[in-house]
Amino acid sequence: MSEKSWKEVPIGGLIVEPGNSKNYKTGSWRSFKPVWYEDRCIQCLACWNSCPEPSIFVVEGKVTGIDYDFCKGCGICAEVCPEKAHAIEMEPEF
Amino acid sequence: MASLKELAAREQKLAPGHRACAGCIPALTFHQVLRSAPGHVVASCATGCIEVVTTIYPYTAWKIPFIHNAFENSAATISGVEAAYQALKRKGKVTKDIKFIGFGGDGGTYDIGLQSLSGAMERGHDMLYVCYDNEAYMNTGIQRSSATPFAADTKTAPVGKVRKGKKQYPKNLTEIIIAHDVAYAAQASPSFWRDLNKKVEKALSIEGPAFINVLAPCPPGWRFPTEMGIEMGKLAVDTCFWPLYEFENHKRKLTYKPKEKLPLSEWTKHQGRFRHLHQEENKHLLELAQQEVDRRWKELLFLCGEPA
Amino acid sequence: MSKIMGLSGNEAVAHAMRQINPDVAAVYPITPQTELMHQFAEFHSDGLVDTELVLVESEHSAMSATVGAAAAGARAMTATSANGLALMWEIVYIASSLRLPIVMPVVNRALSGPINIHCDHSDTMGARDSGWIQIFSENGQEAYDNAVMAVKISENKTILLPTMVTLDGFILSHTLERVEILEDNEVKKFIGEYHPETSLLDVDKPSTYGALDLQDYYFEHKRQQFEAMGNVLPVIEQVSKEYGKLSGRDYGLIEKYRVDDAERVIILMGSSVGTAKDTVDDLRNAGEKVGLIKIRVYRPFPYNALREALKHVKALAVLDRAISFGTFGGPVFTDVRAMLFGNGVSLPMMNYIYGLGGRDIDKAQIRLAFDSLKDVVKTGKVKKEVNFLGLRD
Repeated sequence: MSEKSWKEVPIGGLIVEPGNSKNYKTGSWRSFKPVWYEDRCIQCLACWNSCPEPSIFVVEGKVTGIDYDFCKGCGICAEVCPEKAHAIEMEPEF
Repeated sequence: MASLKELAAREQKLAPGHRACAGCIPALTFHQVLRSAPGHVVASCATGCIEVVTTIYPYTAWKIPFIHNAFENSAATISGVEAAYQALKRKGKVTKDIKFIGFGGDGGTYDIGLQSLSGAMERGHDMLYVCYDNEAYMNTGIQRSSATPFAADTKTAPVGKVRKGKKQYPKNLTEIIIAHDVAYAAQASPSFWRDLNKKVEKALSIEGPAFINVLAPCPPGWRFPTEMGIEMGKLAVDTCFWPLYEFENHKRKLTYKPKEKLPLSEWTKHQGRFRHLHQEENKHLLELAQQEVDRRWKELLFLCGEPA
Repeated sequence: MSKIMGLSGNEAVAHAMRQINPDVAAVYPITPQTELMHQFAEFHSDGLVDTELVLVESEHSAMSATVGAAAAGARAMTATSANGLALMWEIVYIASSLRLPIVMPVVNRALSGPINIHCDHSDTMGARDSGWIQIFSENGQEAYDNAVMAVKISENKTILLPTMVTLDGFILSHTLERVEILEDNEVKKFIGEYHPETSLLDVDKPSTYGALDLQDYYFEHKRQQFEAMGNVLPVIEQVSKEYGKLSGRDYGLIEKYRVDDAERVIILMGSSVGTAKDTVDDLRNAGEKVGLIKIRVYRPFPYNALREALKHVKALAVLDRAISFGTFGGPVFTDVRAMLFGNGVSLPMMNYIYGLGGRDIDKAQIRLAFDSLKDVVKTGKVKKEVNFLGLRD
């Protein structure tokens, strides 16, 4: 976001673009990344439900992948993924 | 109660791109609470971690109207918003149905904001207040609060050669709010999302003041690995350190009873702030902490009309 | 058509509030403001206002709830005094920073300690840098008029800043006076409907209020507040003119009383102005060229009007009903001196601190101030800048 003059920003420190934090990517914070294996996924949505960002893509009630723009690599999703499925694994970022 | 599929299909009220630490359960708490409120919501939040990480100008993670006023007045602020709603709705200037949720951490709720919360609850505003209790002043760098557990290591009550962390047991805020005879009060945990979801739905459907106290594990503050937050919540509940219960129609009810009550050490052993409790010379402190948990649990069972 | 009533200052302002009919009012008692809200609560209980009353547990919550209500698009008011204002302090700054046009009557009282319930201006003086407009009242009539005008001033789109309307504790708040009040519908029409551009209740256009504003934009937002304050004086003049047409009572930013050919002038604010006017009359009858200037609008400070009014004056005394420790005089004195310095006006000035903690001021004291200026006119020099009136030495 380019820096604006005092004449150009809304008064009162108001932010009038709801949810514009989506323009601030936090994915670079990651040192480990979750990798999702679709074939093993049982679509329980536990990962989405436990993700603090959230950075689990859900389309029409189904997990479709991981939003690496925002995922900070905490590993909760892999941790809550049911053992029998084991559909998310943490791997080093580099 | 909504299924996860239904919850995921809802318009999310909080966007990603917030700057909470990796594995932040307070941030997850906000998601779970807000997902449980499908209609229009206006929210406030006390100064603290989540207020900071969601609203660093010029960015906001809030997709609904939101106000942060100060540290100690989230409840008073949202009560003013609710009063405006009542007035403007009566005059026909606002036509939509809107719910009001005030948030605050334990610092902003148990401590500096207690008077403001007590006032709002007593006045009977139609609002829900959610405390995300991460058991210390985490935003300022892990200082003890009245919610901090006994013997926990914090920056203002550190474990040293002579003194071993916090001297006091945590304040029982949920019971203090229940003493206001509010319309609804509960303790919840994002590790038990169904229970939390139900409680938020109930709190918002009942007219009058409602309060939910959510234990929100903090990886850097409690010192556990970032992937362990959900487990930390589960263990807090299964050790009966953080019982899940509710207060409705002047009665308390347990909403979850562990099949097997785990020893407190099952919870403390994963956390750096309790490391000293697991050293031989501090064993007595762990025993004291356990005794207090047992005493409170027994008392709660009695209050809930449960067999001991 | 106005109505003449016998009202105390508190009652007069309560009537203004009844006619403003705010959407939300936060109520908390403190002497000497208490009866203002008693009266308003009575109006509320009798169904004379549509206001949602929030009966808070402290002044801190009073201002917090008022901020919440104002951010929600309501016309919101509260009232306080002294220690109550001090307890609100943090939120007083937040109200102006969020650009919420709240109107708050403040019944001036000494700010502890030791605790005292009587009038001086130390409470609102502390808030002079808080980004609020401050309008002082000489009597109950002005308190009423100022409260009505304040709504229109604060809500002006080029301003959007909160206003404190002050009246001296007990001296005005508890004294029965003849007050003319406008018809209810005249006030309603004068202040108009409030239509904020953003509001928390506008769920289709969600806004975030009170974001964390760091190095990259905080300064810009302060500059905006500075700009808005700069817009205030002409708007007050305009609103006062409109109000004058409606009520027959004209107000300037300052009021000059027998100043035009005066050599010796005093400046003061609030209820003591009445006593000082009588003193001026007495001295004028004795052939002395004296006059007084009442500052009505204290924030923003009416620099140009004052500078213009003081052009021909030979000696000036500023009477402060507040003390400022560690500076070279009371707050009004310091402001006036700073305003004159560097503007080519070389005017010898004295400062008199008076009336702290409700100490009465009478004509003899004010006369003393005028008398001490005689020597200043003669010599062009001030022997002692900061002096005290009515203090036992």
